[in-house]
Amino acid sequence: MTLPFIMFFVCAALAVIGAFTLIVAREPIHSALALVLVMVSLAVLYLLLGAEFIAAVQIIVYAGAIMVLFVFVIMLLNAGVEERTDYSKLAKYAGLPFGFFLLLALAYWMLESFIGKQIANGLGGTNASVSTRELSAQLFQKYLFPFEATSILILIAILGALVLAKKDE
Amino acid sequence: MSIVPISYYLVLSAVLFGLGIIAFVVKRNIITIFMAIELMLNAVNLAFVAFARAHNQLDGLVFVFFVIVVAAAESAVGLAIIITVYQNRQTLNLERINLLKF
Repeated sequence: MTLPFIMFFVCAALAVIGAFTLIVAREPIHSALALVLVMVSLAVLYLLLGAEFIAAVQIIVYAGAIMVLFVFVIMLLNAGVEERTDYSKLAKYAGLPFGFFLLLALAYWMLESFIGKQIANGLGGTNASVSTRELSAQLFQKYLFPFEATSILILIAILGALVLAKKDE
Repeated sequence: MSIVPISYYLVLSAVLFGLGIIAFVVKRNIITIFMAIELMLNAVNLAFVAFARAHNQLDGLVFVFFVIVVAAAESAVGLAIIITVYQNRQTLNLERINLLKF
């Protein structure tokens, strides 16, 4: 076991524990903190994969901005313990087995399919990390138009959020 | 110094996506269901970064960047919608937001 393996398994275990806590927690604030744990451990995995810029964006935008927004809304709406209602039997008896089945099917596919085998055998990846300079060159040359389009998207999202959340006169 | 195989990352991504789907189906609270969507987006991002690393191409990383931007916009609008729903119905339980349910 070398250091990258240990790092991977520690972060993977933390991510899975966080995702599991998100499901079993009854208070929404606990779910939100569990999701922060998942996002931080995913950021460490991005660092391990050599994607430093993405790791920084993950911490700043996801674990920072988006989760603060979630916690803020939970606080604003005073969301307490999730009440148990058993209106829908479908979720309990169909959802859980189906979810586990999908999980196993995806994991099996990743391990056993042609692409998965090819990746596992040949495409081991390199140690070199992607420089942010190359990434930004790609972003501002090849993907310039989508990049500019996202700014309009963000603007529309801000306007939409304002219009939706403002109190009626 | 050995490197963690890419398939490990893909399996982790699949596991996180499956757990996200389970949370999406099982949870009742509308905010928690929204968080399950974010969890699934994160799982997909991990797969994108792993594939980008496997093929030594930067396009996957650019896509992750766009996914994060779209997720930010989505959560801003979605949480505003949740606030509006709460103001109108005084509940966050999806079972009680059932006016459109057949």
